[in-house]
Amino acid sequence: MAAVAETVRVPTPQDTVAARILRALARTPLQILLVVIGLLWLVPTVGLFITSILPGTETSTAGWWKIFSHPSLATFANYSALFHAGGLTAALETTAIVAVGNTLLVVIVAALAGYAFAWLDFPGRDWIFICVIGLLVVPLQMALIPMFKLYDTFGIGGTALSAILFHAAFGLPFAVFLLRNFFIGIPKDILESARIDGASEIWIFVRLILPLGLPAIASLSIFQFLWTWNDLIVSLTFSVNTLNLFIFSQLRQFTQGTTVIAPATFLSLVIPLVVFFAFQRYFVQGLLAGSVK
Amino acid sequence: MSGQSITAEPPPAAAPPEPTGEARSRHLTGGLFLLPAAILLGVWLVYPTVYTIVRSFFGQSGYLGTWVGIDNYKTLFTTSTLVTAIKNNAIWVGVVPAFVTALGLIFAVLTERVRWVVAFRTVVFLPMAISAFATGITWRLMYQQDPNLGAINALGRAVSSAVSSPGVLSNALPSTTALQTHGGGLLLKTPLHPGGVALLGLTGIAPTDVPQGARQAVKPAGKSGAIEGVVWRDFKPGGGKPGVVEHGELGLPGVTIELRDSSGKVVQTTKSDPNGSFSFKGVSSGSYQAGIGAQTFAKPFGGYSWLGPSLITPALLIAYIWIWAGFALVVIASGLAAMPREVLEAARTDGATEFQVFRRVTVPLLAPVLSVVFITMVINVLKVFDIVIALAPESTQSNANVIALAMWRTAFSGFDFGTGSAIAVFLFLLVIPVLALNIRRFRREA
Repeated sequence: MAAVAETVRVPTPQDTVAARILRALARTPLQILLVVIGLLWLVPTVGLFITSILPGTETSTAGWWKIFSHPSLATFANYSALFHAGGLTAALETTAIVAVGNTLLVVIVAALAGYAFAWLDFPGRDWIFICVIGLLVVPLQMALIPMFKLYDTFGIGGTALSAILFHAAFGLPFAVFLLRNFFIGIPKDILESARIDGASEIWIFVRLILPLGLPAIASLSIFQFLWTWNDLIVSLTFSVNTLNLFIFSQLRQFTQGTTVIAPATFLSLVIPLVVFFAFQRYFVQGLLAGSVK
Repeated sequence: MSGQSITAEPPPAAAPPEPTGEARSRHLTGGLFLLPAAILLGVWLVYPTVYTIVRSFFGQSGYLGTWVGIDNYKTLFTTSTLVTAIKNNAIWVGVVPAFVTALGLIFAVLTERVRWVVAFRTVVFLPMAISAFATGITWRLMYQQDPNLGAINALGRAVSSAVSSPGVLSNALPSTTALQTHGGGLLLKTPLHPGGVALLGLTGIAPTDVPQGARQAVKPAGKSGAIEGVVWRDFKPGGGKPGVVEHGELGLPGVTIELRDSSGKVVQTTKSDPNGSFSFKGVSSGSYQAGIGAQTFAKPFGGYSWLGPSLITPALLIAYIWIWAGFALVVIASGLAAMPREVLEAARTDGATEFQVFRRVTVPLLAPVLSVVFITMVINVLKVFDIVIALAPESTQSNANVIALAMWRTAFSGFDFGTGSAIAVFLFLLVIPVLALNIRRFRREA
């Protein structure tokens, strides 16, 4: 291939230095346009970060871009005040518990169900599977009022568990769909031979399905984690003290300054960004599985 | 592998029908694997769905309340804040999916042959990882009305002062009632004839706002065949007499003066001198009016009220498109990458321009992917909630209302569980047909 390309390229008269410069120039407006769009896309997040490191006296009189002419204004005082004022650490902790707990629960429950739908034999299997996928249409607004009352009756409203179970249930239809479709692609021979060797279904599930299904499980975990971490409506309805609820309760003071709102909001988006960058590949894969495949 | 050797063996005891006991135990295993999912789905999805549907026919409070029939649904379509929510959601559905899909397509095609494509896509995709709630707060900072604080209005001010500079006397007022407001400017009530003198006195000008180079005001004597006059700061320390040019009062240079004929048409314009005087020469006989042009009083750009009642929905749409353009870009780009190159090359060889290739080949081939993005966005937009509650200040949340927010506010701020349930059911009914499309596709692929 390379050799062919070489022999074709050498005699073409186009490939003089001048032609190459011309071609690069022709593309320059496009490059500039894309750089501008990219910068525009970054502005809001960068603005939030800079606002979070400016003292409140500055952000009430001047825009965050003032930092470019006065870099010495930058301070991490807002962040240390935020951590010392209390409330934030507890909120961070709750958010982490809810996000991790929900992710684990969804992965385990959906993997069990996904395996059953893919490889176990029982009456009405495919119909039940279709019904589970059908539950995708239920918006979570449908469950807010009844669960609010039910949680109230059992006195578990406001706990991390109440949010974990709610998120898990609404994450399940897609999770079961995703894992079942992945598991069904695992070569049948591997499962059959294990069964003939006398392995139990649980052994097969733990020792074969979970390791082989890791790519799909990774995508699913990332989605569930981000989904829960970023949630507002569930923690707001059931008064679960997450980071977003903490910020929400500060929103009314928005006009009084940005010293709490900006750093707390930036903190809330640091973890998702880290997860996103660390597992970008799985993130995009999961996205495509959900939409194009 | 071992699997091959085993399947190669003839199954010796497979011929007789399986013992029912074993089948039952296998069914049981299947049931056990499904049990946790069944409990979660049953308690948190199926039961609430049934409950909410039933609840929507009952009154405001209590476990069920009293039977009210379809009254809650009537409320939904007659209460103005709820109707606003439905209308706004219709705007969301009309604008966002189309814009997001189009932006994603444009970005995907533009970046296809750029070397640093990964960097660009990562940057545009970044907002997808951020919560809609955090995005709302981030953009609320961007949208602040004071151009000194909000980045978008700061940009607006930069553009507007480049296009037209603010007037020299944006806060000035007439010193006597002889001058009346007229289309943003001022007009001298009394008609003038050639030889006449116009006295245009202004007050309300801070000493720092007096244009540079202003000198003692001079009242012209009047000249035949011309209309002369003076525009001056009709105020001196201690007061002075309104309408009279006195010592210590400054002329106002650079002010645009207009001369209108009896029909009100502007026939001449000029600018005042450092001593405030001006002169229109060659005026034929007749009746005229002199006045100060509107541009003199043009206010500096004060910023759009993005978070105010009329612009809040567009402001929300922009922020929301900012989030989801990256999603569209990634999905469409993957569709683009899977496209058969030969077809594109064939079209180019046949002499099609790049735009023709895009319109006649790329877009039709991408249609399935584009529709996926579009449908996904319709569903997202129908359920939009977090960004509205974060970006819209409480004062304009009624103007920015959407169905999901209306449901939440009705149920959990107003504690009207009946109407709240009806709104939830309405949302459910809207989502079903759209998602049914998606699920059909899921099943085709499954």
